[in-house]
Amino acid sequence: MQPTDENAPTPGPLHRPTPAARAGRPGRRLRRVLGAGAAALALIAATAAGPAAAKSAQDDGGDGDGDKAVLTAAVAQSVDSLSPFLAVTLVATSLNRLMYDSLVNYDVKTQEPIPGLAEKWEPSNAGKTWTYTMRDGVKWSDGKPLTAEDARWTFHTMMTDEAAGAANGSYVANFAKVSAPDARTLVVELKEPQATMNSMDLPIVPKHVWQDVEDLGKFNNDSDFPVVSSGPYILTGFKTDSYVTFEPNPDFWRGKPKFDELRFKYYKETDAAVAALRKGEVSFVPDLTPAHAASLEGQPDIKVNDGQGRRFWAIATNPGARDVKGRKFGDGHPALLDPRVREALFLAVDREVIVDKVLQGHGVEGEGYIPPRFGDYHWKPSAEQKIGYDPAKAARLLDQAGYKLKDGKRVGKDGKPLDLRMLCHSTDARDKAAGKFLEEWWGALGIGLDLQCLDNVGDPWVAGEYDLAFDGWSVNPDPDFVLAIHTCAALPESEDVVGQTDNFICNKDYDRLYAEQLAAYDDPGKRAEIVREMQSVLYDTGYMNVLAYPNSVEAYRTDHIESITAMPAGNGNIWGQDGSWSWATAVPAAEASDDDGGSAMGVVLGGGAAVAVVVAAGVVFTMRRRATAEDRE
Amino acid sequence: MSTADPPVTSAAVKTAPDARGAAGSSRRAYLSYVAGKLAGAAVSLFAILVTSFFLFRIIPGDPVKTMTHGRKVDAEQLAALRRHYGLDLPLWEQFTQYVGDALTGNLGDSYQFNEPVLDLIRERVPATLLLTGTAVVLYSALGLWLGTRAAWRHGGLGDKVNTSVALTLWSVPHFWLGMLLIIVFSVGIGPIPGLFPTGGMESGGEHGIAYVVDVVHHMFLPVLTLVAACYAQTLLVMRSSLLDEMGSDYLTAARAKGLRDDLVRRRHAVPNAMLPTITLVFVNLGFIAAGSILVETVFSWPGLGGLFYQALSVPDLPLIQGLFIVYAGSMILASVVADLIYPLFDPRVGR
Repeated sequence: MQPTDENAPTPGPLHRPTPAARAGRPGRRLRRVLGAGAAALALIAATAAGPAAAKSAQDDGGDGDGDKAVLTAAVAQSVDSLSPFLAVTLVATSLNRLMYDSLVNYDVKTQEPIPGLAEKWEPSNAGKTWTYTMRDGVKWSDGKPLTAEDARWTFHTMMTDEAAGAANGSYVANFAKVSAPDARTLVVELKEPQATMNSMDLPIVPKHVWQDVEDLGKFNNDSDFPVVSSGPYILTGFKTDSYVTFEPNPDFWRGKPKFDELRFKYYKETDAAVAALRKGEVSFVPDLTPAHAASLEGQPDIKVNDGQGRRFWAIATNPGARDVKGRKFGDGHPALLDPRVREALFLAVDREVIVDKVLQGHGVEGEGYIPPRFGDYHWKPSAEQKIGYDPAKAARLLDQAGYKLKDGKRVGKDGKPLDLRMLCHSTDARDKAAGKFLEEWWGALGIGLDLQCLDNVGDPWVAGEYDLAFDGWSVNPDPDFVLAIHTCAALPESEDVVGQTDNFICNKDYDRLYAEQLAAYDDPGKRAEIVREMQSVLYDTGYMNVLAYPNSVEAYRTDHIESITAMPAGNGNIWGQDGSWSWATAVPAAEASDDDGGSAMGVVLGGGAAVAVVVAAGVVFTMRRRATAEDRE
Repeated sequence: MSTADPPVTSAAVKTAPDARGAAGSSRRAYLSYVAGKLAGAAVSLFAILVTSFFLFRIIPGDPVKTMTHGRKVDAEQLAALRRHYGLDLPLWEQFTQYVGDALTGNLGDSYQFNEPVLDLIRERVPATLLLTGTAVVLYSALGLWLGTRAAWRHGGLGDKVNTSVALTLWSVPHFWLGMLLIIVFSVGIGPIPGLFPTGGMESGGEHGIAYVVDVVHHMFLPVLTLVAACYAQTLLVMRSSLLDEMGSDYLTAARAKGLRDDLVRRRHAVPNAMLPTITLVFVNLGFIAAGSILVETVFSWPGLGGLFYQALSVPDLPLIQGLFIVYAGSMILASVVADLIYPLFDPRVGR
């Protein structure tokens, strides 16, 4: 073989067209194949335009099919299970709230506990017995009455069936006995008094459906539609990572929702979800980055909701990991046991810059532990205890602590430079961005920072193998959980197991206050005061320092949704509320904007254009083929 | 295929080994070739089974602790979880149990989805096969066609344009190309209206023909992305292998017989040049099951790619293992099929 270009036949010059040549006999087989291909292309082009055109043609309200008002929301997180006994992800628990009401709801404006399925409740026996009176006349969506027996069965199953306690078992861990003496009375007897009985927001499931489930540990509640529910919506369809559909529950005791269908559609990429919002394919997108929010700001028919967040975002320092019995483990840096070093670190953090640059204004500077959204429980440090931004003071503190500056590095008494590790979530852009600032600020103090961004921070964390970490929790209207994770009792039993503890903090004063607030179940004002005092103690330990409270940034289309309720009133959020307010009370826009007609027209035109392009390409191709066939005769 | 009856052939072999029937011999050669390939595939599959078990145990992380992080879990509950997932057994016992289960078609339960791995994979496979399968068929065909044209008239304007366009698209990140297509053809830009859905595989609630149309509508852009990004490899391989053939004497002979240029290309040059390309097509077919993680993510396609990403983040060991086996298995299957049909294209192989 001589595969050189010179030897290869050069079709060009040697085979110029001979105009007189007859139209060639094109290879019939090839022609057929190509014809089929062209037909397929045309088909695809046609179908491309087809359904969109058909759909838009029927579109006369909201973004729905036909005359249905459909609310479509984009979601990204996968549903782990639609069974309230198993669901732990935010998306799954939020969907459960749409389906199953609870004894107590939270007020949408004030976030205070208000009657839900229970009309009223009262403690007796020194807070150890709680009697709930069920609302009269509430029905499941299949028409059966919802009674105290359903609630009893739900709680009892969680207490007795290990599989059913998987998600929320800890809520009922303190229950001694649950009984339903009559259809409207539920009695819960506790081992120890607890304030959280005022906020029993666990979903109640219909006993007559669920008692037939063989293995609650394997039942995902996503096979038999429609799913019998008591909340504002009835689950009608589910396909993992594709969609979740609901229709309104006409029997919902607070009133039937106004939308005819609620649909959650999966977008694994926020960019794609934002594109879908611009197009009007979805009506709502949660969890926007500042960049997305900026790009949507000022767009026609789109409203960006910069809602107060429910998370705190903090720096945690390892206080020396230990178990309940005080046995130490892990390898936290000993320098961090010196309160002066911790204070110096926090003094060098400019929270204003964090909010401005990292959150790009979508957040509030951090102070106390519980976000300002929960007004009663939110606490601010007093002027003298506040650790503000003061790098000069930080340097002095480090000097005092014995870490002298030597060639730009802080060196301890043992002669080793002060280098700290910091855990960060590699999936969280904010952690990484803030990490860069900390590197710079602490570097200026002479402290080296090794930012360890991991997909899975859980392992080193649980093992106590970290010096510093980015920490954050979503806070509930009842702050019990986020308070409990800093008690000594939350420490792991031994280093081999997992404790509820967030950051291995154990402080006697804090624990005493924690017990006091739990017992203050009958005086919300007093409880809030104790909770604020607890945060003061936590602040002074210097093991945690809140950087900021990031906002939840969301956007929706005003031509689909006329109004949707944020929680709390004023500047609350829409997705991930405590309850189902936003979806239950959303009002469809009366008339779709003119765009819709325009885009339907556009679809037809576009479809036509696509077909025209394909046809033109086909013609050009055929002509060229003919030409070359002649040419090669 | 053969004219001789099998018994006769075998008798002939016994009595006169030197006078074997040509047909019988080639068939037997093919059969032993097939048997060899199948045995090889079985060995590779088993190796993969073993590898997948040990490979993913290197990923740092205790799945039980990761799953329970932030919840209060006592030693007893942790032990119960470990027992439930079989993590309390010694590694060798876990391994034998895993191999035994895998051979009987049980890949275990996913840690995070609360569902058998096989069900999860079975749920996602059709979506991935549909998307990547369509794309592989289309881009192979397109690449073959354009590659042939480019080579036959190499150096010409068509060749230059085709090759450079293909290479440009090939070097563009899939992710970015997909996003661009969404912005232009889904959302619409300027005079271009939004023609296609922004993501997903179906609108939900459609049945029959409407469902098919709906899915085709949804898969247009992801398929387009994959085709645009991938046809370059088929094109380039086809182009260079055809260029290799173009100097050959047999083509000159064919022309000398007076055959049309068109026929020379189609009947003589292309079949010979196809061989490397066929290998490539089968390699690509093997990737069908793996899908494209990036394209599936951009278009929120409910396929295996997204599942794999999610499995890795826990780490959801049974799911990762299961997916690894599916990926590797489909690769092996594709190469076995390629091996088996290769002799049909090139009789020298397997002789």
